[in-house]
Amino acid sequence: MSAHPAPIRAPFWTPGVLVLAFLMAAGAVAVLARFIGGIGYVSNLSTARPWGIWIGIDVASGVALAAGGFTTAFLAHILGRHYYEPVIRPALLTAMLGYTFVVLGLIVDIGRSWAIWKPMIHWNFHSVLFEVAMCVMFYLNVLYIEFIPIVVERFKGRVNLPGPFAGLNNTVETLLGLADAILPKIMWFFIIAGVVLSCMHQSSLGSLMLIAPTKLHPLWYTPLLPLLFLTSAIAIGYPMVVFETTLATTSLKLDPEMQVLSPLTRFTIFLLGIYLALKIGDMVIRETYVYLLDGTAQTNAFLLELILGVLLPWLMLLSPAVRRSRRWLFIACTLIVGGVLLNRVNVFVVGYRPPVSENYYFPAVTEILITAGFIAGLMFLYRFFVAYFPVLNRPGQEVSA
Amino acid sequence: MELSRRGFFKVAGAAGAGVAASRRSAEAWQSRAPADPLGCLVDLTRCIGCRKCEQGCQTVNHLPEPARPFDDLTILDRKRRPDERTFTVINRYFPGRRDERDQLVPTFVKVQCMHCQDPACASACIVGALTKQANGAVHYDVTKCIGCRYCMVACPFEIPAYEYRDPITPRVMKCTFCYERVEKEGKRPGCAEICPVEAITFGRRNTLLTIARNRIKSNPALYVNHIYGEHEAGGTSWLYLSGVPFDRVGFIDVPHRPLTQLAETIQGALFSYLWSPIVLFGMLSGIMYAFRNKGDRDTPEKGGGK
Repeated sequence: MSAHPAPIRAPFWTPGVLVLAFLMAAGAVAVLARFIGGIGYVSNLSTARPWGIWIGIDVASGVALAAGGFTTAFLAHILGRHYYEPVIRPALLTAMLGYTFVVLGLIVDIGRSWAIWKPMIHWNFHSVLFEVAMCVMFYLNVLYIEFIPIVVERFKGRVNLPGPFAGLNNTVETLLGLADAILPKIMWFFIIAGVVLSCMHQSSLGSLMLIAPTKLHPLWYTPLLPLLFLTSAIAIGYPMVVFETTLATTSLKLDPEMQVLSPLTRFTIFLLGIYLALKIGDMVIRETYVYLLDGTAQTNAFLLELILGVLLPWLMLLSPAVRRSRRWLFIACTLIVGGVLLNRVNVFVVGYRPPVSENYYFPAVTEILITAGFIAGLMFLYRFFVAYFPVLNRPGQEVSA
Repeated sequence: MELSRRGFFKVAGAAGAGVAASRRSAEAWQSRAPADPLGCLVDLTRCIGCRKCEQGCQTVNHLPEPARPFDDLTILDRKRRPDERTFTVINRYFPGRRDERDQLVPTFVKVQCMHCQDPACASACIVGALTKQANGAVHYDVTKCIGCRYCMVACPFEIPAYEYRDPITPRVMKCTFCYERVEKEGKRPGCAEICPVEAITFGRRNTLLTIARNRIKSNPALYVNHIYGEHEAGGTSWLYLSGVPFDRVGFIDVPHRPLTQLAETIQGALFSYLWSPIVLFGMLSGIMYAFRNKGDRDTPEKGGGK
């Protein structure tokens, strides 16, 4: 069986898309304010709290939620399970857009946005952040390269640029032909590189906080942070595919792809189980369970993350009935996605306690607007790409399994 | 997907060879601290809280004029932190000791960058804009900085401040240890030079430690037997002597192991010579090659999911 992805012709400006456009516009105004008045003008960041939701959500969670890209690539391309091909392209699109918005989020967050290229020439090998930055940069390019075949498929032999660009038609056509001839032969390299780069920086994102033992709450501060980040990223990959495919197929009224999604989440039982075991094992060995009932915001956030975000959905997935039910599978996967997202926010925001200042941080409205605007922008572009590129399976073309 | 099997195998083989060549025994973490840097010894029993050091710092570093003048000592009524306009501040504490007229005796504490021997900020800095200099200063090079503020996350003393109100060219702001003055003009830092009561002694760190120990030894009733900064965060270039326990006058507990050690050890073990990505690449290549025909199944295995 092979997938038959095609552009989805559906009315574009639905009410949902209008809401996205509104959020994007509001976010754009806030971004403008950030580049006029400075970070301090739009955010509640301070000396004691240098990182807020832009790092916790836009960057750290963005990277984690894009893990569907490399986990499905591993399954379908490296293990050769072509059965799962139908979810490869949507997962790749999510990853590509996810990482693009990670970089956009960073451009807003770092003080000297125009200097974002400087890590390419000033290397600090001791810096965990340096490694993360290099991996994200390379991986973003790998994702763009992996996406080229979809562009080729859409336009090859049909290049028809508007107006003054019509003269370039032949050139573009030649380039597409060239890409079509070369890429299939070397794509294996980029697929493997994508998995390797992902493993590297998914884990290193966790290593980021290792340098701040006095600041990160002991419930999260452990030498296992990189391993926990890696295993949670791997575990969230397929649930994220379920989450995002279900949203897309529901809103676009396509085949729900349950015959692919259900078996996919059987892997998640194993992968999420590893993460769960590591997280509980780490808590037991370091004896951090002593904090569990102290009622602080940190502890409650940890319990929420562990019970609602990992344990409950893991138990749910054990049931074949849940895995067969579209609704329950979506609920379980949404919990997993939320759990990992909360974990990243906990590590970078909630669990961060400045040792000197009693500094309470809650994001400013404009800070939230920027994050919301980016998420809306991501969803908007996803909607755009599935409408104009062969990403999702066209209804009625589904081949029975 | 169509794959070029031959090219595939070549790279996989090369990856394996690369691993064999580059793998070597894991090296233990090593401190990169300068052997005998300069530093300052602050004796809290001598400080009278006159804020002259704040003034000297503002002058030699060309910092903005403060909103309230330096001779306004009412500012000591509340605790302050160094910020993007102020590299050093004096705070007043009443740790409980009383004088002969039953008045609470204040202890004044100067706060600034501690200039750690193995600075977490410098280890964290993505571009190496922060560096530990041979003369002891933790030096900031604004031309490299991208403004990620990881240094501020890393610093255990919460020292680096940020020009959050500058939209395009904000800087990380912290005590420079008067790097230029010390290195090029052979002078003392602005604060140490101006101090009227010699509460700040400038010199080689090892010498300062000897002086500090001698002061404790010759007057054990006056001092607590602790030199803050000798071991804190793996040692700092700024050292403190106090007559009252340090935790009563705003000093925080900081691990004695350099904060860089764990992060650098783990990061080094995982990625030195890029051995792990190379091994992983080789393994995945092998798997991909092994599964090139076998994996092409149309249905998932029996059981469970469907």
